[in-house]
Amino acid sequence: MTKKDKDKHVSTSVALDDEQRVRVLSPGMLVVKRFFRNRLAVIGLIILVTMFVFSFIGGLLAPIGETQVFKIYEKIEKDYAGVAISSEFQYIDAEGETFPSVAKAQLILAINKGEESFVSRDVTYSLINEGKDFYRIVQFEDVASVVSLKGIDRFTPAEGETFSRDMEEVYLEATEAGETSFEFDDVDYYIVQNGKNKTVSRAKEISLVSMMVFNPYTADTVLDYDFRYNAEKAMNDNIKSFEVNGVNYEMELDEEDFKAVFYRLEGGSKVEYALVSNVNINTVDKEFLTIDYKEAAISAIENGDTSFVFPDNNGEDVEYTIVRKNNQYTIRKYTETELINVYEAPSKKHLLGTDGNGMDILTRLMYGGRISLIIGFVVVVIETLIGIILGGIAGYFGGWVDNLIMRIVDIVYCIPSMPLYIILGSIMDFLKIDPQIRIFMLMIILALLGWPSIARMVRGQILSLREQEFMTATEALGIRVSRRIFKHLIPNVIPQLTVIATMNLGSIILTEATLSYLGLGVKFPFASWGNIINAVNNIYVMTNYWFVWIPAGLCILITVLGFNFVGDGLRDAFDPKMKR
Amino acid sequence: MRKFILRRLAISVVILFFVALIIYTIMRCMPSSFVENMAREKASLPGGKSYREWLDQLNQSYGLDKGIAAGFVHWLKQAVRGNFGDSWAFNVPVTQKFKTVIMDSFVLGGTSFLLQIIIAIPLGILAARKQYSKTDYAISVFALIGISLPSFFFATILKYVFSIKLGWFDLFGMIGRMYEQLSPFGKFLDRAHHLILPVITLVIVNVGSLMRYTRTNMLEVLNSDYIRTARAKGLSEKRVINYHAFRNTLIPIVTIIGGTLPSLFAGAMITETLFQIEGIGYTSYQAMTTGDIPFSMFYMVFMAILTLLGNLIADVLYAVVDPRVRVN
Repeated sequence: MTKKDKDKHVSTSVALDDEQRVRVLSPGMLVVKRFFRNRLAVIGLIILVTMFVFSFIGGLLAPIGETQVFKIYEKIEKDYAGVAISSEFQYIDAEGETFPSVAKAQLILAINKGEESFVSRDVTYSLINEGKDFYRIVQFEDVASVVSLKGIDRFTPAEGETFSRDMEEVYLEATEAGETSFEFDDVDYYIVQNGKNKTVSRAKEISLVSMMVFNPYTADTVLDYDFRYNAEKAMNDNIKSFEVNGVNYEMELDEEDFKAVFYRLEGGSKVEYALVSNVNINTVDKEFLTIDYKEAAISAIENGDTSFVFPDNNGEDVEYTIVRKNNQYTIRKYTETELINVYEAPSKKHLLGTDGNGMDILTRLMYGGRISLIIGFVVVVIETLIGIILGGIAGYFGGWVDNLIMRIVDIVYCIPSMPLYIILGSIMDFLKIDPQIRIFMLMIILALLGWPSIARMVRGQILSLREQEFMTATEALGIRVSRRIFKHLIPNVIPQLTVIATMNLGSIILTEATLSYLGLGVKFPFASWGNIINAVNNIYVMTNYWFVWIPAGLCILITVLGFNFVGDGLRDAFDPKMKR
Repeated sequence: MRKFILRRLAISVVILFFVALIIYTIMRCMPSSFVENMAREKASLPGGKSYREWLDQLNQSYGLDKGIAAGFVHWLKQAVRGNFGDSWAFNVPVTQKFKTVIMDSFVLGGTSFLLQIIIAIPLGILAARKQYSKTDYAISVFALIGISLPSFFFATILKYVFSIKLGWFDLFGMIGRMYEQLSPFGKFLDRAHHLILPVITLVIVNVGSLMRYTRTNMLEVLNSDYIRTARAKGLSEKRVINYHAFRNTLIPIVTIIGGTLPSLFAGAMITETLFQIEGIGYTSYQAMTTGDIPFSMFYMVFMAILTLLGNLIADVLYAVVDPRVRVN
């Protein structure tokens, strides 16, 4: 039938087409011939083929993945260490003890008030001043109470304690000398006056409170409580050498800066052990700093330098800069850091640069084209199917069926599509739907709102076609209705369908791009031309990184243009009446 | 004729009823937590009512506590009286917000529409007269590029070139920084200045279809017998084109232009959003993305009415200009 129809067209037309040629060609060939004579249509076809190759084959061949993130290493100046004059107390807890932070606040109050003891959470702490800004926190445990009556002392041991004769003698010696503490069996006892009575208590060491900062010379040296206590006491009393736990130490005191170097005596040799000063240096990542480094840093600060050079572990000189903020100094240095390579300008490695996520834009464009084209095709196929079925039925049966279907068409046609897409997009955003499912949903929604124009066109064509003789012939032959519609009527509408489908493909890609641009269509991690351009919502990107959004926009423009050129060419080719 | 119009009107009302029903159903499929969120937000505002009260009030005022059918009847009753409820996003009655924004949309739409007609019809006729010439190709390509241009991309390019590189226009908004200090005429100029880029965007993106339509129609007319007759009479080509052909080609064009008149009020949602023109499009975009059900519902129904009205006008105009239609 198609053939006959076409021949009729040709013979009745007053076209300037060469009739000689028309006669020898099949109608299909004729259409092809006319199509290729149209320059715009050919350009459109070339564009489309290029875009298909770019999107589908390009994506396969591209060495880079859709969501591959590129990183670079860059030297950035980062905070390395902080230097400050110690102005806060440091707490060194004795072994097995903890000094709670609530008590620390109360301790400071007690120090300011000059009190000797304070209560925190039902525990009584006593503080013993050992020097300037140097306190020992102890908890007294009563050993015995002493009642003095007419020069005779009577000792009453506390529960579970014993107070031996020898201790009594030592105690008496101490009281006579007017001391408030005595030592017995390597344990210190303290005598506390309680009105007329005295209490002998043993001190349990809780914590050392001091503003001094202890810096060991080697990373694995652990400065223990006893050493710290003795060392600081030595500094205060200027004792040149002392012994802790069977090890002898020697001190070299710099009285001006009040800092001291301690040496450990091992078999006659002096080994540098610790440096004590009031300057606190700590690295950001708790790295161990050598004393030499610290001294270099401190001397640079004292000289007012803004930078200094110090060799690193490999002996290479590294430059450090010093930034001052009030009484705090920050030492900064250039560190190699891994960064996501965002908005890199086009180069040989990334022909169109990288986007805000450090992904290669050219590759994203390929994958984006794939998604845009697939969405376009799926939607067109679905809407054409719905349109053919409903339009075919309406056109063939006429009467109330036609009326009903056409009213449905009117209703769907009246639903404002863009607002509806936006609302459904926001609902999907709200429900946090998986990006993959979103793409399917997008296809279904676009198709469900797109079919009315196709149904109208099919119905209109069939209304006129069904009055023709060949339909009477099919009726006479007793061919069943569904076959009559879909085998005999619909094929005659194919030319118009092809044109409308091609044009629709373009507009669907446009709609999809617009939705993705608004952030309501295809979502990250999937690429789409629309959501690549989405980056321009950031004015800075729009101004400075043209390569992020211009190529994607051109892709959309060119592809839609290609579909329109081809659709236009097809219309002219199918319908030569329009030619003069 | 009157019977024809009345019949069309009756059908339009029925269609509008079903469109509203469908839109309402979709709106009701929105997760109810939209309302809950809204109630929570409203309750957290200073001096507001409690969350429960707001929730009950919102549910009641939008008929959300009823089934879809009953709720729709409730909405319809209110809507027929012109009460579309209070907008959630803007905290004013929907119709009041609508009144404040519609004029800007109309000015934008109207200006660009006039420009489109001025550009499209002469160029379309020119293309048809010189079919397959270089001019025809150039005009066709121009029209198709316009059709194929994503409006957001074109608007961005315009902004990039004219706002950023040349600095001639502001990036966003419809009034300048000094607006309040300007004289009334200065204010008018300021507003016009801010509308230039949006109007260019709209014209370029939309002019293509009318141009193509004019060309196709003109071609059809030029192929008809009476044009051949006119030429055979020995009339000058000028007279043939301007008198015989132009008048006849106007018939379908007037019809289609009449049909698009209502859509001047529809607002160009994407363009308004891109340039942040406070028209109906941008306002409803904000309403829709924030889940403002009353305003979105109103806007959708408004759009449906405009479409129906457009079809109606087109049909009636067609019947007016072409008596053959009236007979059937």
